[in-house]
Amino acid sequence: MLGSRAIQRPLANLAAKRSLATIADPPVRRYGGLKDQDRIFTNLYCKHDHTLKGAQSRGDWHKTKEILLKGDSWIIQSVKDSGLRGRGGAGFPSGLKWSFMNKPGWEKDKRPRYLVVNADEGEPGTCKDREIMRGDPHKLIEGCLVAGRAMNATAAYIYIRGEFFQEASHTEAAIREAYAAGLIGKNACGSGYDFDVYLHRGAGAYICGEETALIESLEGKQGKPRLKPPFPADVGLFGCPSTVANVETIAVAPTICRRGGAWFKGFGRERNEGTKLFCISGHVNNPCTVEEEMSIPLKELIDKHCGGIRGGWDNLLGIIPGGSSVPVLPKSTCETVLMDFDALKDVQSGLGTGAVIVMDKSTDIVKAIARFAHFYKHESCGQCTPCREGTTWMQNMMDRFVEGRGHAREIDMILELSKQIEGHTICALGDAAAWPIQGLMRHFRPVVEARINQFREKEGNVLFGGAMQKDWDETLAIPDNLGGRLAEPSRPQT
Amino acid sequence: MLRVVSSASRPSSGILARTVAHQTHSGSRSFSSSSTRQADITLTVDGKEVTVPQGAALIQACEAAGATIPRFCYHERLAVAGNCRMCLVEVERSPKPVASCAVPAMPGSKVFTNSPLVHKAREGVMEFLLANHPLDCPVCDQAGECDLQDQAMRYGSDRTRFHEITGKRAVENKNMGPIVKTSMNRCIQCTRCVRFANEVAGVEDLGTTGRGNNLEIGMYIEKTLDSELSGNIIDLCPVGALTSKPYAFTSRPWELKNTESVDVLDALGSNIRIDSRGVEVMRIQPRTNDDVNEEWINDKTRYAYDGLKYQRLTTPLVKQGERFVSVTWEEALTAVAEGLASSGAKGDEIQALAGHLADTESLVALKDLVNRLGSDNLTLDQVGGSQAPIPSVDVRSNYLFNSTIPGVEQADVILLVGTNPRHEAAVLNSRIRKSWLHYNLDVGFIGERADTTYGYDHLGEDVKSLEQFVLGKSEFSKKFKAAKKPLIIVGSAVAESPDGAAAYNMITKFVEANKSTLVTPEWNGYSVLQRVASRPAAYDVGFVPSKKASATKPKFVYMLNADEVDPKSIPKDAFVVYQGHHGDIGAQLADVVLPAAAYTEKSVTWVNTEGRSQLGRAAVPPPGASREDWKIIRALSEITDATLPYDDALALRDRMWEIAPSLVRYDVTEPTSTEVALAGLRNVALSTAGSKISGAAFRKPILNFYQTDPISRASVTMAQCTREFVKKESQVFAGGQDPAAALA
Repeated sequence: MLGSRAIQRPLANLAAKRSLATIADPPVRRYGGLKDQDRIFTNLYCKHDHTLKGAQSRGDWHKTKEILLKGDSWIIQSVKDSGLRGRGGAGFPSGLKWSFMNKPGWEKDKRPRYLVVNADEGEPGTCKDREIMRGDPHKLIEGCLVAGRAMNATAAYIYIRGEFFQEASHTEAAIREAYAAGLIGKNACGSGYDFDVYLHRGAGAYICGEETALIESLEGKQGKPRLKPPFPADVGLFGCPSTVANVETIAVAPTICRRGGAWFKGFGRERNEGTKLFCISGHVNNPCTVEEEMSIPLKELIDKHCGGIRGGWDNLLGIIPGGSSVPVLPKSTCETVLMDFDALKDVQSGLGTGAVIVMDKSTDIVKAIARFAHFYKHESCGQCTPCREGTTWMQNMMDRFVEGRGHAREIDMILELSKQIEGHTICALGDAAAWPIQGLMRHFRPVVEARINQFREKEGNVLFGGAMQKDWDETLAIPDNLGGRLAEPSRPQT
Repeated sequence: MLRVVSSASRPSSGILARTVAHQTHSGSRSFSSSSTRQADITLTVDGKEVTVPQGAALIQACEAAGATIPRFCYHERLAVAGNCRMCLVEVERSPKPVASCAVPAMPGSKVFTNSPLVHKAREGVMEFLLANHPLDCPVCDQAGECDLQDQAMRYGSDRTRFHEITGKRAVENKNMGPIVKTSMNRCIQCTRCVRFANEVAGVEDLGTTGRGNNLEIGMYIEKTLDSELSGNIIDLCPVGALTSKPYAFTSRPWELKNTESVDVLDALGSNIRIDSRGVEVMRIQPRTNDDVNEEWINDKTRYAYDGLKYQRLTTPLVKQGERFVSVTWEEALTAVAEGLASSGAKGDEIQALAGHLADTESLVALKDLVNRLGSDNLTLDQVGGSQAPIPSVDVRSNYLFNSTIPGVEQADVILLVGTNPRHEAAVLNSRIRKSWLHYNLDVGFIGERADTTYGYDHLGEDVKSLEQFVLGKSEFSKKFKAAKKPLIIVGSAVAESPDGAAAYNMITKFVEANKSTLVTPEWNGYSVLQRVASRPAAYDVGFVPSKKASATKPKFVYMLNADEVDPKSIPKDAFVVYQGHHGDIGAQLADVVLPAAAYTEKSVTWVNTEGRSQLGRAAVPPPGASREDWKIIRALSEITDATLPYDDALALRDRMWEIAPSLVRYDVTEPTSTEVALAGLRNVALSTAGSKISGAAFRKPILNFYQTDPISRASVTMAQCTREFVKKESQVFAGGQDPAAALA
């Protein structure tokens, strides 16, 4: 059984084709099945005490002083060794990012330096940071201290999404406990290093999860992304060197330092090492947030932790593997794909935040993606033209496609529009708005076409933009750019 | 009033131009002050090598290479927003097109501004911009000079794909007062207006609300845009969202004749372009001159032009009994000659009184005429104008703005004495604000408190606080002493105040005592801010009374554009002639009225507060029988048997060159040498020694910015502005309302 499964995977395939059996096959490495002793987040479900006492019983704040005393370059080297990549979606190598704060001669710069923790978890489908802050807030606080020491920051700001009330209270309580215990503040953990942690509650705008928009919002301005360069490591929060990092990235740092980079690197494929929180939602029997090894096969992740797809694997329609901003995957891909940055990129999707949204055959996939279009229209900050105008336009078109009130040629048009947005904006929200629609059209185009044909058969010819030909006064001239008089090849009915 | 110090909002403006200007300046800046001369970098744009200063934006490098980059949000004098995405260019080894306004030019990079990728990107952005832009070019005032229109033709697609049944965005229009007309449906959210208001004008409550497609530009609450620079946002707006209310629906840009001229409603000499159609001035636009007004003008300069149509004197008038009767020029001039004879005025009893809007040519002609008639009684239309001026006019630097207007930005500490530059020279004020905002300028203020759009240390209201400053007790005077390029700006009203002489005595002594920083070969930090366009020229030509003349009671008064005059100061029995273009106070007092040309109707020389002489040009002919000022005086000289020796403008300018060569060296300023400047200051200190101190506060000379002269007093728009912004009688100026009703 093991072997038959492995054969489906490309690596194994290659191995099987070789004819001369003189060299022993390297053992096929399988990913997944993270053991309990390797879990970093041990109170993810808030079943245990989340306060300092409980956290210490789970190993937090253990020998933090010694980690701090090893110095900034040691911490950064450990993180580099661990192969940790940012858990916020983009997957930038964390050690490298943190090292940008310690450019040669940084000591001469008298400005304060900040670590900014992005706890504005707003990506639809994502629910990992909130679990950390609810159950394991001390991991985050300790992570702030360790990461802050690594980048020689004077303070950490945790920008938490406004809606997260309980999470904010737990985190705030944890900060107070840590201050009271002398773990942070002046002479943190007795290491001689001064470090403050502040919690700031946002107002729940998705765009404030973008690093520069978050900085703007933290400064009290409208949360609109800034232009880069200058990058936050040069001119960030309050004009000072800053680094913005995701909660999960920061929270795993102390454990990496304690158990060593090599331990963390032992999980997952090369360049995608480590463990990761996956949030599986949608049509699975047991939706959950779970810590797993990177590169776990998507199918195994769902079968093992979520009790499988509702109605069995054959009932699967498609899966969005990394939160609302990444393209949907069809069932065929879902069967083989591994959950890591590179594998998902190879199938033209992305790991994003690791939010797996499962949709079974009862899902109206067009409506689902149209809902995303609504979301991005609503959350666009309105600064740059392609995103501001494009998200609205695409939302309107998607709304029509849900009913099928569109013209077959408009499918290519919406794809073209999405390409006009992608890569032309200040921040990545434009890309994020474009990708789900591109994914839909890539894998589910026949569904959209069928719906258009269906509507057309029932209601008559639809012009570009959604106007009905029958509503036009035939005595008036109809503009010939509306597609009303196109000689179309008849499309096969699906 | 918080300073914005984040570098994101620092204008990249004119890095090309300003590197030279700013490199020498000051160590008090917070960071990156060490570099003395920024290195140049070389990059390739469309295969062409180009060298630009380090730190220049990529768009500037592309411009330097001759590649035109379309843009909406980018503006050289404003902070970079980078949000319109129209300026995308391709850079080698960059996967995505980059916004050329927002990235610095990098040495060695290869940039393509004409590649298929760039064309596609521009077309895409243009399509999005037009998706929600109403197709109302036929009824839009911007049409014909609209960036969106032009760029859509040049870079856009030739057909639309936007047919959504949901239609286009609709946004409610905002009431921004009597000047800015809004049509918010047309807005493309480039935020140029927001950045201008926040950075230059100092109106921090223009901003954006909402997000995404619901983003709106507005004042956050229902209120008007109260700034004397508000008209500039109309020029800045690349589309027709902000247009001019007074100009609305009056003409199209292609119908207009453009005449480059100079503004005279304050003493800055802002460069303007007069747009006229036939005999009518349709509007006034700024002209770029980095040495004077950059590219801003104030609202009075821009909108007082409708005053040129009302209250005009069009025929010569002679008073018969209680009323004026129209006469021919010959009759009028004869009446003047007869009046001169019958009044029996001899010598200094003949008084010439020059007002705010008198041009240099007519000042010279009038002075020559009066001198030929044997008089030295050359009076200026201001408080104490019949006395010799307090800072004596023997040395030019005594009464000029010696630091020059761009020099204001080099100063690291400024002391304002008895002046509110916001009203006396609004465009200059924006430079002080710029410096305050971006370069940590410190400002001290002596005089009646005023909202200057920047923060200042208020040292007091009267000459005693000036004394305290000179003694060096206060924190500010310590800062002033420590500064490398300190600047004292003395208002023109100081000389008019009761303690003027004492104030000048202290200031000149202080400047002399601190000449190592205040008067050096590179820097002259003693500047007098004149507020009246004719004054520097009058001082230059010596249009000031002699001591004997100022004691004489005049029997014949010749008023040249004198409209601020106190009627009581004119003797009842004197024969009064008024020459000017508006029926204002001056004309009411006159026995004979000679109609003259306004500044848009004559080609004459104006000298601004820096001593920079500039040539104004006639855009339209003078109305009716009115004539150019100096020609009237020339004609009168023949009738009074004191014929002036010049027959045309060139001969007159030769005469001006004889008097002061700087008057005809156009567009430049001539710095006074250190020795001469110091000698002048010593002279002032001597002549004002021992003056008494009354302790009266320095009052603001301008209470209503919008109405300071006969033109702006006759202007409907200025009357509306007065009601809205000065008297705060908020009211809606509905589109259909008869504009004349506002005057009634």
